[in-house]
Amino acid sequence: MAKNSSRRDFLRRTAALTGGAVAASAGAVPLPVPPSAQEPGRPIPEAMYGLPSKYEAHVARRRSDVLKNRQNWSDWSMTPLQHQPGIITPNGLIFERHHAGTPDIDPKTHRLVIHGMVRQPLQFAMDDLVRYPSVSRFYFHECSGNGLTDWLKPASTTVQQTHGLLSGVLWTGVPASILLEEAGIDPRGKWVLFEGADASAHARSIPMEKVLDDVLIVYAMNGERLRPENGYPVRVVIPGWEGNVSVKWLRRIKVGDQPWHLRSETARYTDPMPEGKWRQFSMVMECKSVITSPSGGQQLKGPGFHEITGLAWSGAGKIRAVDVSVDGGRNWREAMLEEPIMDKCLTRFKVGWNWDGTPAVLMSRALDSTGYVQPSVQDMQKVRAIVGFVQHHNAIQPWTVNAKGEVRNAIGQA
Amino acid sequence: MRSAKRKLIFVLIISALWGCANMDGGIGAKSSTGIPLGGTRPHAVQPLPDKPRFGQPVSEGELAAWNIDIRTPDGLGLPAGQGSVAEGKKIYEAKCGACHGADAKGGSVYGTMVGGIGSFTGSPRVLTPGSMYPYAPILFDYIRRSMPMDRPQTMTANEVYAVSAYLLNLNGLVPADAVMDAQSMPKVQMPNRNGFILDDRPDTKAVRCMTSCK
Repeated sequence: MAKNSSRRDFLRRTAALTGGAVAASAGAVPLPVPPSAQEPGRPIPEAMYGLPSKYEAHVARRRSDVLKNRQNWSDWSMTPLQHQPGIITPNGLIFERHHAGTPDIDPKTHRLVIHGMVRQPLQFAMDDLVRYPSVSRFYFHECSGNGLTDWLKPASTTVQQTHGLLSGVLWTGVPASILLEEAGIDPRGKWVLFEGADASAHARSIPMEKVLDDVLIVYAMNGERLRPENGYPVRVVIPGWEGNVSVKWLRRIKVGDQPWHLRSETARYTDPMPEGKWRQFSMVMECKSVITSPSGGQQLKGPGFHEITGLAWSGAGKIRAVDVSVDGGRNWREAMLEEPIMDKCLTRFKVGWNWDGTPAVLMSRALDSTGYVQPSVQDMQKVRAIVGFVQHHNAIQPWTVNAKGEVRNAIGQA
Repeated sequence: MRSAKRKLIFVLIISALWGCANMDGGIGAKSSTGIPLGGTRPHAVQPLPDKPRFGQPVSEGELAAWNIDIRTPDGLGLPAGQGSVAEGKKIYEAKCGACHGADAKGGSVYGTMVGGIGSFTGSPRVLTPGSMYPYAPILFDYIRRSMPMDRPQTMTANEVYAVSAYLLNLNGLVPADAVMDAQSMPKVQMPNRNGFILDDRPDTKAVRCMTSCK
């Protein structure tokens, strides 16, 4: 009796909350006992690397569907941010950018060397590197080209395509300063070259000051050794800076007294500026945010409550605040930031929204601990030349919602 | 009475200790239900009696095959050897043309490597080694480390000099009889030599407006 009355109470309360929809369907077909509850599942195999449910197969990295390369060795694949809760990207979903494919490097034979302006050139085997006291740190990782197809008009459909050259990772390794100090840095050594063992031998020049500050020589990510596509067996991680400076498959560190001005820091990864100029060594990824839900290509399930949530990050420090607008930037409301809020790391923001079923334009705008405010595309257009293959796009991303609840990319339009 | 007072003092002392434990987030921190919360701050690395040193000495000589970087403004690191425009054309056609096309004007995989000089004040900007590279030795560095894409780091220094000479000639930057080597290459005048400015961000001036912003 008591059981029945409490069930009636529950139904009555639920009906009050949902306008009677549950009460009406409760009288129809009862929920069946599913087969999963009536037979044993798969036994535990002797050894296995676990995989997501087969029903989650759509959650996968994808190459750009806008800018299609005619080969897939120097190419990229993007993280499905619309499916990522929290701030950590699973290893199989971390975006890729390679210049000559993914090598398979045997850690037993791999060597990392430090030379140039040092007292004693050194080589390190992998089993030596892992003996140093380790450091694990959470950082965002973003390609300088994130968003390059979507500046003045929409080209991409989903947030995976507009912002998916972005991931959140817990890196584990050794501070670069420990290894460099062991080799003995010549006081004239002001720049450091990092070079990969892949078929592009990708290399970048990094100022010594940054290297000694927070740069890590990394062999693990998110609780396991690096994946081949992310630099196995060892890479450098340069926190908060454009992804390509964190050279993968690291084989060589060379100390010099000036930058090398390689192709990758002159003809590529530079910013077109007014009057035909190019901005060079623009490596910090500036404060940015994006709403990941609702986002392009999604469909709202009717008017009523929706959580607007997304990611914010800054290469200059911590996220201090994120504001959200549902009217195309006219009025803004400060979102809730979910702990932990870490330096140079993805930060999750959330704000409740009661959609009234009329068209809306959703935007997020982040502020970082330096006081920098995320700009609009129009703000960026005032100071940069938006021509062709433009890097370092950290502008506000608008998503429109129409009366049917369809969410669309509106970059440059709102 | 006396015992109650003592109990109160005891509680106060415990509370004070408890507060300290919570403040530094040490292992003594517990939830209100007494469940240990663990430390909440990074643990300092234990001081070691001596810094571990696991690097093995290696000589610059042993690293010769890896030591391929060129400091491109002055060409430091350019190796001995030389190559002519004519030799470069032959090597280009054998090793590069399949992707980059005849006369480097663009092929099955990549766009043109010729022209674009003067295009940067308009749109689109045409990026080629001729229009974009501020220093000619970038060609040597990049070709040697990354090209040809199917067999990188296999070309001889002479071959790399020759292909560089050929591409510079196609861009009108060296004459048809030019020979590139460690002395001549850094002297080639590149049109985008003064085309770069150093990072001067933040350059945008967005403000945090909350109401009636547009």
